[in-house]
Amino acid sequence: MNHTTRVLKSEWTKVRSVHSTVWTLATALIVSVGLGALICAVTASTFDDMSTGDRLTFDATYTSFAGMGLGQLAMIAFGVLIVSAEYSTGMIRNSLAAVPQRGTFLWCKVLIAGVLVLVVGMLTSFCAFFLGQALLGSHGVGIGDPGVLRAVVGGGLYMALIAMFAVGITFVLRSPLLAFAILMPFFFLISNILGNVEATKKVGQYLPDQAGTTVMAVVPETLDRPYGPWEGLLIMVAWTAAALVAGFIVLKKRDA
Amino acid sequence: MIELEDLTKRYGDKLAVDGLSFTVRPGTVTGFLGPNGAGKSTTMRMVLGLDAPTRGDVRIEGKHYGELREPLNSIGALLEAKGVHGGRRAYDHLLCLAQSNGIPERRVGEVLEMVGLQEVARKRPKGFSLGMGQRLGIAAALLGDPRILMFDEPVNGLDPEGIHWIRNLMQQLAREGRTVFVSSHLMSEMAQTAEHLVVIGQGKLLADTSMSQFIAENSRTHVRVRTPEPERMRDVLVEAGLRPVTGGDGALEVDGGEAPRIGELAAANGVVLHELSTQRASLEEAFMRLTAQSVEYHAYAPGADGTQLPQTPPGAAPPPGGAAPPPQPGQAPPAWGEDWKRGR
Ligand SMILES: Nc1ncnc2c1ncn2[C@@H]1O[C@H](COP(=O)(O)OP(=O)(O)O)[C@@H](O)[C@H]1O
Ligand SMILES: [Mg+2]
Repeated sequence: MNHTTRVLKSEWTKVRSVHSTVWTLATALIVSVGLGALICAVTASTFDDMSTGDRLTFDATYTSFAGMGLGQLAMIAFGVLIVSAEYSTGMIRNSLAAVPQRGTFLWCKVLIAGVLVLVVGMLTSFCAFFLGQALLGSHGVGIGDPGVLRAVVGGGLYMALIAMFAVGITFVLRSPLLAFAILMPFFFLISNILGNVEATKKVGQYLPDQAGTTVMAVVPETLDRPYGPWEGLLIMVAWTAAALVAGFIVLKKRDA
Repeated sequence: MIELEDLTKRYGDKLAVDGLSFTVRPGTVTGFLGPNGAGKSTTMRMVLGLDAPTRGDVRIEGKHYGELREPLNSIGALLEAKGVHGGRRAYDHLLCLAQSNGIPERRVGEVLEMVGLQEVARKRPKGFSLGMGQRLGIAAALLGDPRILMFDEPVNGLDPEGIHWIRNLMQQLAREGRTVFVSSHLMSEMAQTAEHLVVIGQGKLLADTSMSQFIAENSRTHVRVRTPEPERMRDVLVEAGLRPVTGGDGALEVDGGEAPRIGELAAANGVVLHELSTQRASLEEAFMRLTAQSVEYHAYAPGADGTQLPQTPPGAAPPPGGAAPPPQPGQAPPAWGEDWKRGR
């Protein structure tokens, strides 16, 4: 068996053999879908109270993704834990003694984690969409409507990317405490403020999550960004790639 | 074989390892001895390529660690920090390490049995005792059936049975012709396990010698003489060309003297003796003398003779009774344990 395949197998064993994998990913799915469903149900029952303008620009797809703002935090937790557990337990020394090719080690871990969060992300996105549309009833849209499939697939990609961004950052920070303390408030609060307040919006809208969410909107007015949905996602991809490369450089350079 | 050449590691201002050059050879247990903070763990991390040397080089069977594709098949290590995820079953912990090195899965069961952990294979190590954790770490080191084994303070905090088990294991591995490199901060521990000894202090090499030679060179023997007439006895000894010194309790200590001769001198001069005994300084003392200048943090306690000696480290429990005999054949008495206790 080839070296990379062996390391991939080993990383798969690692990720499937700890509880935190299941509970973080399950939380991401349940919170995103559940909260999205709740908001869709409330929206459906209050739809007639909305102003005409709001009704005209109503984005049924984006509304069904309303739970992802919270659900993404569990995705981030997964990304943080899969890396920081290596450091907090000292396992990293066993891991690197077994696989001294640090690049192989990191990219195999990234690939295994990436495939897993992509599957869970897609599942989350499609479930949130279909359940949300069912609850929206006559105000909902179909998967075949223009831009909708792109937004739903984009939602899955978004969830995967945010987790992988956390993976990269945690390879830089190493400590679970530090990674949580920085990433959680940032993506829950700070970037939303920076990306939406007039004073900081010009720069803030290029933050990874602010850019990435554009792919999930079908009605352009929902977010009002100077770039399109795919460009938005691409900005997020660039952030994620940068975080992973930074993590790789730190892993390569620093003592374990 | 592990070869170190001018191996050096600097952390900021701190020179943790300072130009170490020595070779660890197969077929014997090589003890790596030094007080806490001497640089043993740092050296071992550099052997595994975990910490990059500031200068110098270390090779495993002639290769750099990073050149090894399946390192676990060449060298197995138990590091100071156990490095086990408390939530990952023992079996899975070993499985993921085995898989990364192409080691067949059945080997996981084998090593678990070897270290006596087969019953808890499906348990998560967060509930393991210190000894069980140590055994799991050793199982990981044995996974690839490597020719080289490296253990960093393997008996720290273990109960006598655990210590005995690890000692026997290391000697057995060496008998099989493997290279066994084991660190400790306790001379008494090394004396019972190692045939070869590398001593470091503050990152520097202090000794690289066989255990028997270290003992011969470092265990000072002297004769203790207690008498109601110390002044007269002293004069008698000085006249006979010996150099007695007065010990802490008023007894005379004669370096290099022979008990029979001193007894005869006393008899010839009519001096009453209350005690006449040969004393061997303990290896622990020899080790402390060797490293005295290089101990990082001295914890001084007045010695029995009024001189200042660094205190025995807190973990220095006396070796258990019925311990394994010293490795050198034909060099049985005096028992190291006894010798060591007398030195306290
Ligand atoms: N990662 C590190 N950063 C800074 N200093 C370190 C690091 N690791 C070890 N040291 C220092 O290097 C010295 C040697 O430590 P160590 O190798 O752990 O000694 P030993 O294992 O012999 O007790 C100590 O003074 C320790 O404080
Ligand atoms: Mg140490």
